[in-house]
Amino acid sequence: MAAKLSVEWINPFIEATEEILSTVAMIEPKRGKLALKKDSTVEYDVSGIIGITGEAVGSIALSFPKKTALAVVSNFTGEEVLGIDADTADAIGELTNMIAGRAKKIFSDKGIKLKISVPNVVIGKNHTINSPKGTPTIIIPFESESGEFAIQVSLVPNKSED
Amino acid sequence: MKIITIDDSSTMRRIIKNTLKRIGYGDEILEAENGKEALEILENNDVDLIITDWNMPVMDGLTFVKKIRANKKFDDVPIIMVTTEAAKEDIITALKAGVNNYIVKPFTPQVLKEKIETVMGLKE
Repeated sequence: MAAKLSVEWINPFIEATEEILSTVAMIEPKRGKLALKKDSTVEYDVSGIIGITGEAVGSIALSFPKKTALAVVSNFTGEEVLGIDADTADAIGELTNMIAGRAKKIFSDKGIKLKISVPNVVIGKNHTINSPKGTPTIIIPFESESGEFAIQVSLVPNKSED
Repeated sequence: MKIITIDDSSTMRRIIKNTLKRIGYGDEILEAENGKEALEILENNDVDLIITDWNMPVMDGLTFVKKIRANKKFDDVPIIMVTTEAAKEDIITALKAGVNNYIVKPFTPQVLKEKIETVMGLKE
């Protein structure tokens, strides 16, 4: 059975997502209802994923349907983006990196030390993001003027780092 | 001023390049995708300022900074680290490695301008 993941581990990622996307992509994300994720399939078209180690182990993914991805990346880069190509994927990776970095800072201020990996980006309808067995995955949907998107946090506190 | 910007993200290199042009430092900008590529470029190029990311594959920014500071040719070139690694212990680690100043992503053009002026000794 998967361990539970308390809101203290989730909130920094929500706060970081809202802060970074409002700053660099000029959108105001409105958070929907958190849900425990049962499978590894992502319904959206593109995801930026960053691995997390340290006092917790897992990953954060930022997932967009194509329409939202194009609007958000256009705002972020200041250039109109028409398709999900290598440059769009790179920008989504960088947005994920900024969110993970900001969350890392929020955890650090609470005395929790984390390390983050370089981002990977997966493109394709119904792609999968696998989490280690027993690691709970919470999906947090957002609505914005540029469309819907979601983050999914898959994390388990790392007792060996206590 | 000749500047090298090092970042694995093509988006960030483009944003930094465009920002440098906007704030009047766009004369000559070299680019590298990671620390290793930057070291290779710097073998044949002198620069006045290094702007580097931290979190990169192949060779990360911290390793790159340590190598640059160990090289007599570059031990006094100003280095600004532009990164998401904003935790206090990270900033201390970067400064100890030889970084002169530090910018947390995302940043405004004004912040980049001020940091450049500070490390180049153009303002008090």
